[in-house]
Amino acid sequence: MTTLTVEPKTAPPPVRPRTRTGTAKWKRRIPLLPALIFTVVVTQLPFVATLVISTFQWNILEPGDRHFTGLSNYSFVFTDERLRTAVLNTVVLTASVVLISVVLGLGLAMLLDRRFAGRGLARTLLIAPFLVMPVASALLWKHAIYNPDYGLLNGTLNAVYQFFGAAHGPTVDWVSSYPMPAVVISLVWQWTPFMMLILLAGLQAQPGDVLEAAKVDGASPLATFRFITLPHLRQYLELGILLGTIYVVQTFDAVYTITQGGPGSETTNLPYEIYLTMFRKYEYGEAAAAGVVVVLGSIVIATFALRTIASLFREEVSR
Amino acid sequence: MTAHAAVDAPGGRLKKLLRRQDDQGGAPRLSPLWTFVAWLATLAFFAPVAWMVLTSFHQEADAATNPPTPFAPFTFEQYETLFSRDITPFLLNSAMASVLSTLLVLALAVPTAYALSIKPVEKWTDVMFFFLSTKFLPAIAALLPVYMIVKQVGMLDNVWTLVVLYTAMNLPIAVWMMRSFLAEVPKEILEAAEVDGANLLTVLWRVVAPVAMPGLAATSLICFIFSWNEFMFAVNLTATQASTAPVFLVGFITNEGLFLARLCAAATLVSLPVLIAGFAAQDKLVRGLSLGAVK
Repeated sequence: MTTLTVEPKTAPPPVRPRTRTGTAKWKRRIPLLPALIFTVVVTQLPFVATLVISTFQWNILEPGDRHFTGLSNYSFVFTDERLRTAVLNTVVLTASVVLISVVLGLGLAMLLDRRFAGRGLARTLLIAPFLVMPVASALLWKHAIYNPDYGLLNGTLNAVYQFFGAAHGPTVDWVSSYPMPAVVISLVWQWTPFMMLILLAGLQAQPGDVLEAAKVDGASPLATFRFITLPHLRQYLELGILLGTIYVVQTFDAVYTITQGGPGSETTNLPYEIYLTMFRKYEYGEAAAAGVVVVLGSIVIATFALRTIASLFREEVSR
Repeated sequence: MTAHAAVDAPGGRLKKLLRRQDDQGGAPRLSPLWTFVAWLATLAFFAPVAWMVLTSFHQEADAATNPPTPFAPFTFEQYETLFSRDITPFLLNSAMASVLSTLLVLALAVPTAYALSIKPVEKWTDVMFFFLSTKFLPAIAALLPVYMIVKQVGMLDNVWTLVVLYTAMNLPIAVWMMRSFLAEVPKEILEAAEVDGANLLTVLWRVVAPVAMPGLAATSLICFIFSWNEFMFAVNLTATQASTAPVFLVGFITNEGLFLARLCAAATLVSLPVLIAGFAAQDKLVRGLSLGAVK
């Protein structure tokens, strides 16, 4: 169920296909067996277990009361108010983080595609947010930037207000007043470099002669962007959006650290809700059913992602 | 982005970095106005990192001022306190989990990549996509069974549990990356060596290794980055003995109340290995992040 087999219509392997004997085939397969077995055992078996657990009424606090309940955990998952909120929050969080980072990443990539003084250094500085440990970055945003009393945001506002003669700047409690934007901004900061790197690679793979020809023909920069660069970038945009979505859907660190899903359940996304169901409510069956739902959702996105990767891969292999 | 960039001696890297702007001689220049915009955006993105590092060198009293005082006197006090408050075991756990899992990943991924590129098995693309599909499964859905199995076999709070999980997490990336590097080994030379009767080890050592080495280095750096930063499994499967650096960061807040400067010092310290690894691998970073799909 967890194996997403798409048919990658790749060109035949670069080696001439010839009829091989059974032993020769197995000799070739031996080097990949350890990795294959390891992957099946560590990544596929737990999901089978999840599927099984999801059909049980199983709360660790009531050890005597563990029994098969069929699909009732699923009907709970689909009707539970909290879980529905969590699904909605996951969609809002993921969509806003991915779309904003793609737009910002595209802007930065287009700037970095040109030559300017210190371009290499600028690129190095720009990838730093992606490399800072996600938990560290979440704590940094929460305490050093959003803190109402001495965070950088209110501190800077205060400094500006005082510079213009006011007694004190506004004191905004960013995380409590705007919980979702607070989480989104910290994640956008973290994911923009990722998008920028993928789109920059796309821009630099653009054939120079086409751009040259467009220039000679007198196309405006806007038209060149719209009709040449954007279509060329399409598969890189898709790749960035899909990979970004797959990673951001799984966001746990930022929610755990910045808001703990609150206030109320305003920023509780699915991974955090599953974590709460497991380790706070101890409802194993429900947690497993919610997990299966997340997997199914991911499979939908992943199918598109795999298709995009397969098309990029096909180009590479046939090159 | 050039293929030979990573072959350079480490010393040449900075020079390369500063010179990169001239690499694509054909790229048009930005006008001064847009150069200003580019640098403004860069500094805006870098500001939180700069602020983190700056605050980590301040006294607590100077760190929590409003308005901010970026030019307060510098001190190493926060870092000294961190090491006296036992951050070391957490860093060692992180190092152990990331280094061991990276080695295990390479041990599994390199032969696999070999069987997918140099001597490809039949239907090798299907195998590639099987590995990739496991990367797209949300880890949170595996947490419950993994937790129960690990608890059953008495491996909770054990670094080796993290080593195994991080290996599974990074294996698809490593397989895809290493395959794309091994595919660059020239086929003609391989065939020539075989015709000359060179044995497998000689071929691996003389023909494959020189081409694959930079790829191997980049792959290990990327696996190291992902393992070092992992939080979800680390926080849920460890308690006191095997906790890693991100768990230290979170626990540090709840246990000690808020010390902003010390928090920034801890955040800087735990991010440092990855910042170094990432900057070192930046030419290959995009290849790893896109699972080898983009070069």
